[in-house]
Amino acid sequence: MEARFLLGFLLLLSLSSFAFSIYEDQVGLADWHKRYIGKVKHAVFHTQKTGRRRVVVSTEENAIASLDLRTGDIFWRHVLGKNDVVDQIGLSLGKYVLTLSSQGSVLRAWNLPDGQMVWETDLQISNPSNSFLHVLGNVKSGRDSLSLVCNGGSIRAVSSIDGLVVWKNDLSIDGLKLKHVFQPPESDTIYAIGFIDSSQIALYHINAKTGELLKHATQASSVDLSSETSAISSDSLVVLDSSRSNLLLIKFTAGIITYHKLPLSDIVQDFSGLAELIPTKSNDIFVVKTPSGVAFKKVKGDNELELIGKADQAGIVSDSLTLSEEEQAFAVVHHSNNAISFQVRINGREVLTEGIKIEGHRGHVKRVFLNNYVRTDKSHGFRALIVMDDESLLLMQQGEVVWSREDGLASISDAVVAELPVEREGVSVVEVEHTLLEWLKGHMLKLKGTLMLATPDDMAAIQAMHLKSSERNKMTRDHNGFRKLIIVLTRSGKVYALHTGDGRIVWAHLLTPLLQSERCPSPSVLTLRNWRVPHRKALQENPSILLVGRCGAGSESHGFHLIIDSYSGKELETQILDHSIAEVVPLPLADSSEQKLHLVIDDKLNAHLYPRSSDSLEVFIREMSNMYYYKVENAKGFIKGYAFKKGCSTGSSAYCFGTRELWSVVFPSDSERIVATARRKINEVVHTQAKIMTNQDVMYKYISKNILFVATVSPKATGGIGSTAPDEAWLVAYLIDTVTGRILHRVTHQGAQGPVHAVVSENWVVYHYFNLRAHRYEMTVIEIYDQSRADNKDVMKLVLGKHNLTTPITSYSRPEIATKSQSYFFTHSVKAIAVTTTARGITSKQILIGTIGDQVLALDKRYLDPRRTANPSQEEKEEGIIPLTDTLPIVPQSYVTHTLQVGDLRGIMSFPANLESTTHVFSYGVDLFYTRIAPSRTYDSLTDEFSYVLLLITVVVLIVAILVTWAMSKKKDLQEKWR
Amino acid sequence: MRNARTKFILIQFIFNLEEINKRHITTSREVNVVHQKKPLSSPLVSSNLVRARPDWFLRSVNNFRLSTTSLSILLTMNPSLSLLFLLSFLLLFSSAVSFQSDELLLNDNDEFEGARSSPGPASVTPPVRRRPDLDISSASDSKSVQFSLEHSLGDSEFSVAGTFTARLKSWTHGGQTLTKLRFTRNAISDAEKGLFERLLKDDDFYTIRIPSNVLNPSGKDYVLSSVRARCLPRESLDEHFVIHTDGVNVLAVNYGSYGGCHYPRPLKSPSKWSFSSYTVLKNSEQAPRTPTFVEQIIASETALEEGLQPPEKSFWAKYWMYILPLGFVIMNAMAQAMNAAGEDQNQGGQPSQRAPAVRRR
Repeated sequence: MEARFLLGFLLLLSLSSFAFSIYEDQVGLADWHKRYIGKVKHAVFHTQKTGRRRVVVSTEENAIASLDLRTGDIFWRHVLGKNDVVDQIGLSLGKYVLTLSSQGSVLRAWNLPDGQMVWETDLQISNPSNSFLHVLGNVKSGRDSLSLVCNGGSIRAVSSIDGLVVWKNDLSIDGLKLKHVFQPPESDTIYAIGFIDSSQIALYHINAKTGELLKHATQASSVDLSSETSAISSDSLVVLDSSRSNLLLIKFTAGIITYHKLPLSDIVQDFSGLAELIPTKSNDIFVVKTPSGVAFKKVKGDNELELIGKADQAGIVSDSLTLSEEEQAFAVVHHSNNAISFQVRINGREVLTEGIKIEGHRGHVKRVFLNNYVRTDKSHGFRALIVMDDESLLLMQQGEVVWSREDGLASISDAVVAELPVEREGVSVVEVEHTLLEWLKGHMLKLKGTLMLATPDDMAAIQAMHLKSSERNKMTRDHNGFRKLIIVLTRSGKVYALHTGDGRIVWAHLLTPLLQSERCPSPSVLTLRNWRVPHRKALQENPSILLVGRCGAGSESHGFHLIIDSYSGKELETQILDHSIAEVVPLPLADSSEQKLHLVIDDKLNAHLYPRSSDSLEVFIREMSNMYYYKVENAKGFIKGYAFKKGCSTGSSAYCFGTRELWSVVFPSDSERIVATARRKINEVVHTQAKIMTNQDVMYKYISKNILFVATVSPKATGGIGSTAPDEAWLVAYLIDTVTGRILHRVTHQGAQGPVHAVVSENWVVYHYFNLRAHRYEMTVIEIYDQSRADNKDVMKLVLGKHNLTTPITSYSRPEIATKSQSYFFTHSVKAIAVTTTARGITSKQILIGTIGDQVLALDKRYLDPRRTANPSQEEKEEGIIPLTDTLPIVPQSYVTHTLQVGDLRGIMSFPANLESTTHVFSYGVDLFYTRIAPSRTYDSLTDEFSYVLLLITVVVLIVAILVTWAMSKKKDLQEKWR
Repeated sequence: MRNARTKFILIQFIFNLEEINKRHITTSREVNVVHQKKPLSSPLVSSNLVRARPDWFLRSVNNFRLSTTSLSILLTMNPSLSLLFLLSFLLLFSSAVSFQSDELLLNDNDEFEGARSSPGPASVTPPVRRRPDLDISSASDSKSVQFSLEHSLGDSEFSVAGTFTARLKSWTHGGQTLTKLRFTRNAISDAEKGLFERLLKDDDFYTIRIPSNVLNPSGKDYVLSSVRARCLPRESLDEHFVIHTDGVNVLAVNYGSYGGCHYPRPLKSPSKWSFSSYTVLKNSEQAPRTPTFVEQIIASETALEEGLQPPEKSFWAKYWMYILPLGFVIMNAMAQAMNAAGEDQNQGGQPSQRAPAVRRR
């Protein structure tokens, strides 16, 4: 009877953990989602007519978004993905946004109000090159207007209504690059100007209705024409030559091309260096930017130039904004410490200068987009979108920053986790925010919610209350380890600390200006690591973060390191190193002040020890004989292992160590290419070594921190899926011990190809690839068991002490391992893969899969168990073995991102909370998403919806009932006695 | 109790048996070494002929020893089991006396030499890479290739230390594979011995390398492998090669001692300054095909059903297990308090009827 009950309970338990999901009202309790767009590269304002002021931007993350000009909120956004780079955007018919992407081969129209795609046209361009889009305003065939896409020497006219190609004209001339297209007002002729082989100027007259070539003329030029051009009027063009020191003024009158060469030194005073030409639109004005300043020039007559305005400091100049036929406005922005001066010049004349304070952590201005509006007094007002060094986006108007967006967070390259400060006694962090009435009200609402009496409005109020509750947003450490700081590094070199409670930015610092110096001309941060994690001895010290980077672009350029406080982001130490940086290896050692030891490997394979103290040196030298390093050379197809030795090849520093090659694995270049490597997390905790089988047998997991998973594919299979036949494609999976270079396991999958995504944890590896024979994606699991410990299950030996459980494990012993493996089909392609990690490794694992739909799927590891059989026995079922299926199920409730999407998902990170059952999941791409999940449910804590009030009421009711019955029984007793 | 004792005796017997096996292995190793030290110029066939006899001899000796132990076991067994053992003993013995051919078989698929008498059979799979359907008879041509093993003692330069000889099989399908690997180690010179002793003293690395392309060994690519020198010495220097190949390319060589080599490695000199080598050739395994089911739809349906979450439970249904004991505790406490009060009241008088009832509960 008891056994049956136990069995049923176990079954219930195994079933219950199948469904990890949250209820609708729990959304936003533990998770947050932030949407970003990335660094803006084009902006088109749409401010006329409509009541809603908006700007359409395209970014370097290949997102197209429509932003509210008043608040900076996103109306709509589309992320095109990294293979579909946006070349240009434009507006058409006042209601469509046109985007030209994939090197001018795809043209799309999006509906301006809601961002829905109206049409998409593949322009079928044979040799995609630098192309541009020109939206014609005047060609009206009915209500239609044409958009011209020029690519090299071909022009395509696309109807704006349905995206059909109305006409195309391939001006089949080799080497022709069209540079400019224009159409004089009220004319049916389009003029296309281009250069042939950078040495000839060509002019084409094309019928705007039919695309027929009417006339063309060419003219040889004496200078190389491969640089910027600017059309200054309907019949003239200004070109910079390739040396960027001469200007060419080209005129086309009546089909005849004439040009004048003008040395820049004649035009700009004190000219030196390289000039830039700012694109303008007509009006005979052009803008030359030189290192010393900006000059506004107007062309008069045939070849006379007049200086109409200049700015002495070189600043950032916006594209021209046409106010009227005669007037063109430019914005010139200069940067001086912590403030920018914003100038608007109409036809070179300064009309507006504003000084605006900007937070220091944003760096310098990178790009400016100018827009005008009509003020209440009918004069011109100007606003500007400004892109800063840290990729943030600001809107400036009337000398103020109206809003700012931290779009640098769309390009996270690395992230670590840091603890928050401990709450000290006497220091109250939470402000007193609840009055008694509010408190009561809140609890009444909660009670209503629990008793299911709440109306939808009440539910919303409860949810808002949950969100507002300060408990999760405190700036101190909590007992459960739910509150932490996620410290992220972005591509621009800015470091942000995000609070796990609500994703707000606690602090942010742009590091590159800090480092910029003569010794370090163009610093770029490569990676960040935890430098000090306060622990036993140094509990009072603040934790800190190490940032490592390079001073130049090449791998041989000097490195630098920087240590910042993780509570405040303050810089503690900056050092420009005298060696290069190829890799940073964190060691599992720490010195007496709990600073973690790091080895920086340079390009000559010397290892440099940090921190540089005698203490750390002592710690390192003690362990040096047991340290190994390996390097994977993807391009050359080998993996090499090294040991460290004293004395390095470049210097005599005591902190510099040489390396010695110990082993190598060489993959034959004609049959294998490395496509993926994966290894265990350095700080992963494994709870138990043994795995008990159904038949009471024990298997010992082969747990080694030095397992490296390597996947290679045949050279022909490195292309896209379908580019090769199944017979010529194979994938080989290796498990390599990185100390000795021993190949522990090798297995070949015939007819399989990449992309391969893999994750290694405990004693298993899961990898994802494409099976060409089955035309499906597959996931394979390999579990490794240690056979040398297999005899330890004998109790007798344990009693007699003859077991080898306490003998140290060494890589130099010949491993006796057994592997179990199984493959399953999987429906999705995968963008990223990770595994949940918990504090003590007891909780069962889930595999976090970033799907093609930019969501994160939590797949129970039990589905990827090599021991699954088609008909599991009763015991196996009790153990939780799921019947074998050929496909891994995708349960909709197991998406941890529920309904949200993490645009352009690039990485998933899982880090443990103090509570064993719970783990943090942080995924990033263009968007950020954070949540906490409990793979085996929260077995060690009461859930959030546990109603303490109801418990209290129950207790009170019970007590009252007892008191009442006691009184009643006394009364009865008394009555009985009187009887 | 008695059962346990018999079990213990059995374990002891098995243990003895293992020891005997081990002893046999060590002797057979020595025999191997003697033959491997033969000069390289000696023709392959003749050396194989010489080898065959001691192998056969040892195997029969081993069988005999096995049978004696099994005889001793017989004495402690019940009749039916002993009959079984007797049968197996007879079988073993008969195989030991039967004729053992000493013919050199060209096409035997034995890919490792020297490890023939090793106890744990190394997992060796036939070369099936990219040609899963081929069989051995389709080999059209085979020729012998040689490539050298080079070693480095400490920081010294690499020098030739031995020669691998293998058969190169060309398949009709195209492509070549290496089979039948043999290894001859050069004798250790005095200078090398000195260097090796220094390695042992410093607990430094002993490094070996093999050209990654055995057909064209002049290429610059080598596969390296190292081991702590202190791992090698047993009676002689025991070494174990696992050579991972892919066609004619050597991917990696795993070099190490035969047994374990645990961390506090004591300084130990071999009694005999010679290498005893074991080599294993390994090819890639084929991954099993993903199972496909016809009843997949049904399975996925059931999976979906399982995935369905149970309906939301009420507060009571969820937490009754906490609240119920709490209620009991409180009721108990209250009852006791009541009891005490009752006893106070009833002191000297008639005992209450209720109190024992409560106590009974």
